[in-house]
Amino acid sequence: MKLAHEMAIENEQITADMVEAMEFPDLARKYQVRTVPKTVVNDAIELVGALPEGDFVAQVLKSTGFSG
Amino acid sequence: MSLLGERERAAVREQFQRLENPVKLIHFTQELMCETCPETKKLLEEVASLSDKITLEVHNFTLEREIAAQYGVDKVPATVVEGQRKYGIRFYGLPSGYEFASLLHAILAASHSTSGLTEASKLQLRSITTPTHIQVFVTPT
Repeated sequence: MKLAHEMAIENEQITADMVEAMEFPDLARKYQVRTVPKTVVNDAIELVGALPEGDFVAQVLKSTGFSG
Repeated sequence: MSLLGERERAAVREQFQRLENPVKLIHFTQELMCETCPETKKLLEEVASLSDKITLEVHNFTLEREIAAQYGVDKVPATVVEGQRKYGIRFYGLPSGYEFASLLHAILAASHSTSGLTEASKLQLRSITTPTHIQVFVTPT
């Protein structure tokens, strides 16, 4: 969670939400959250588990059309 | 009865010594159909009371839809962490357990207007020029 929020600080285009899955079951169901943390970027890319910083940044970039 | 114990309060107060610029917590809540709203509001009140640099602004989500829309808030409880500018940092739900640490971290980072990311990451992130929405699903720990 910290990583996503830090990315939001670095780039104004980025909005990062913590979503407590049990409090928002409909949303958790929509994104098929079975294990946490689960990250959804732009409704397109889904990342399961906690990733190291470099990988996380790379995945988010991928979702915006950059391959690195 | 406070949610944070005496030791926790002392630890948080100590962390907040490092705050630099003021931080605003913009909280959206509602009275009905929101089980964790009262507890979330109380937790934020306690957090805000631990430093003069933190202010808490509470909005009624049902009655203040326009303000909620300004922050892109579409569900409650919601908490936006704002520093010198809007950073796009939101917490939906009660930030408890591990996520309480995330909240403290976000407050400190917003206060310093800088992240702890590596220079390489910062450089890469500059290439993002379109709105990007990251949602991280968590559960209480």
